[in-house]
Amino acid sequence: MRAPIIYPIDPQYLLRKKKSIRRDLLQRPGLLDKRIAILGGSTTSEVKDMLELFLLWDGIRPVFYESLYNKYYEDILFPNPDLDKFSPEIIYIHTSSVNICRFPLIHENEADIKTLLSSELIRFQAIWDRVAEHYRCPVIQNNFEWPYSRALGNLDNYDVHGRTCFISELNLSFATEARRRQNLYLNDINYLSAWFGLERWYDKLYWYSYKYAMNLEAIPFLANSVASIIKAILGRSRKCLVLDLDNTLWGGIIGDDGLNYIRIGIGSSEAEAYSEFQKYIRELKERGIILAVCSKNDETNALEGLLHPGSILKAEDFSAFMANWDPKSENICKIAQSLNIGIDSLVFIDDNPAEQEIVFSHLPEVAVPEMGNNILAYINILDKSGLFETISVSPDDHQRASFYSDNVVRQRLEKQFDDYNDFLRSLQMKAEVKPFSLIYLERITQIINKCNQFNVTTRRYTMTEIENIRSRENFITLYGRLVDKFGDNGLISIVIGEIRGNELHIELWVMSCRVLKRGMEDAMFDQLAATAQTQSITTIYGYYYPTNKNGMTSGLFEQMGFVNVERSDTGATKWRFDIPKVYNKRNCCIEVTP
Amino acid sequence: MTHDEIKNKVTKIFRDILDDETIVLHDNTTANDIEGWDSLSHISILYAIEKDFNIKFILIEVKQLKKAGDLFDLIKSKTP
Repeated sequence: MRAPIIYPIDPQYLLRKKKSIRRDLLQRPGLLDKRIAILGGSTTSEVKDMLELFLLWDGIRPVFYESLYNKYYEDILFPNPDLDKFSPEIIYIHTSSVNICRFPLIHENEADIKTLLSSELIRFQAIWDRVAEHYRCPVIQNNFEWPYSRALGNLDNYDVHGRTCFISELNLSFATEARRRQNLYLNDINYLSAWFGLERWYDKLYWYSYKYAMNLEAIPFLANSVASIIKAILGRSRKCLVLDLDNTLWGGIIGDDGLNYIRIGIGSSEAEAYSEFQKYIRELKERGIILAVCSKNDETNALEGLLHPGSILKAEDFSAFMANWDPKSENICKIAQSLNIGIDSLVFIDDNPAEQEIVFSHLPEVAVPEMGNNILAYINILDKSGLFETISVSPDDHQRASFYSDNVVRQRLEKQFDDYNDFLRSLQMKAEVKPFSLIYLERITQIINKCNQFNVTTRRYTMTEIENIRSRENFITLYGRLVDKFGDNGLISIVIGEIRGNELHIELWVMSCRVLKRGMEDAMFDQLAATAQTQSITTIYGYYYPTNKNGMTSGLFEQMGFVNVERSDTGATKWRFDIPKVYNKRNCCIEVTP
Repeated sequence: MTHDEIKNKVTKIFRDILDDETIVLHDNTTANDIEGWDSLSHISILYAIEKDFNIKFILIEVKQLKKAGDLFDLIKSKTP
């Protein structure tokens, strides 16, 4: 059976079938619980239901707190035992232009209007401040859609008395705040409503009969947008785009039509449309999405297609390349393996519904949008899905594709050495292993929440929690960065240990799978032991909690020389390591800067 | 469209939205007779009817609905 929620989003289907879809999705295994508070400036019931569907679809089971109607401000600003008890992990403030207290009056002067603007902003700043101080969790905040009416006509846009002008100013100041504040994320309903169509958005039947600030039909899109931000905050956005070639990246079939007859570049409207799609994909790559090819083709033909002078994408843009006649579901597994990423971080794009079906039925974790056969719709389907939502761009993102492409070269090199350590030394690795620092907080949070395989406890932390741990003295924290002769692997490992007397308890140990079997775990442990010694710690305890993804770390502590001290029925294990007076370093292949 | 055709289509909508295949609608059925037919699900039902029958309700019409029969009549007045 196909996943009940599919991209592109079909609002009629979702609104009508939400209860049965919910029932099906709740039966999926391994759901992750998250407490989400929705604080509304208008009715939120349908927003909550739709948000639940989009989160469930991606394996997150939300537990909701819903404010009373239009109590978003009071609920946060005044003592609220219910919300305290609920202890939200994410707060969503669902406000919109109906919540603007007052617009400028025509007799007011510019200074009055400035005051009015700042009084609107202060209300929201107070909410964000209070969340940061008291609830210490991320806030997702709607900005404002354009007004329903413009009494000043076109002048409304640029005269300070205009509502359109006022909303523009307000949205700009929200954007400035979101750049400045670490835990504030904007849900851009200004764009969303424009795309949906303001006339449809403002269907007043829903406002006057039920106080919905927007058309019911817009709510699935709104909810998907919020869900995408939540997934991005939790590090669960998709990472890799797997693409078919024929009739997906160009018009025609390279094996049949030949290089001169496929449609790409210039020469026809179809060719231009495919070029535009390729340009969009290149934009995704530049912001850190890994690209892969999965095509039924002879490899030589497939590569030839990318040599077409009109093709924007070249063979080297792809970190994995599978062109053969095996089932695509198998090839996609191999792509995930070769890149060392989870199947659930893939999106698969193919024009052929039969191929979509094969991939989806074998690998339900892969997101497989229904692309249809109209190339003109492709960018929109992908762009509006939110599957690749990101909360920030870092220099690491820009280089990410090359991390993975470089790995392919490393694998080739590995085959030339008989002794594995010789191979490791040939990589000329240099690592930086240090306590958490402020500039890396975002990346640290990202990797902790993304990493599923090399992860002994699978504990998840928000950025605020990480910030808190960093500043406390009873924790030892370490991050590891790794560079080798092929390039910078970025920040790829994290350890958090809690000090209790002369014991250190390892709460978390994660490592990105792109640096597996490089000796990096040894380098991390050496540094952990050294830091522990300086704090008079004599014993380190390690914990392994099995999930269906972290099997690779079940033997990690044993490998590091720990002794097993406890084993539960669920397979959870506890390990003990007494730090010897003279600790012999395990790492011999990486040059480490502590 | 006949009264029965409208009733069948609307019944299907109720069953989908309330996720209850046992729902049967009569002309005099009211919100009290159907579990889950509250003001929040009512708006989803109206939306689904608008889409399914390709019609548009206005505020005053929505406010006057008292029982299922009113809904069938209203739909009938808006469909050919």
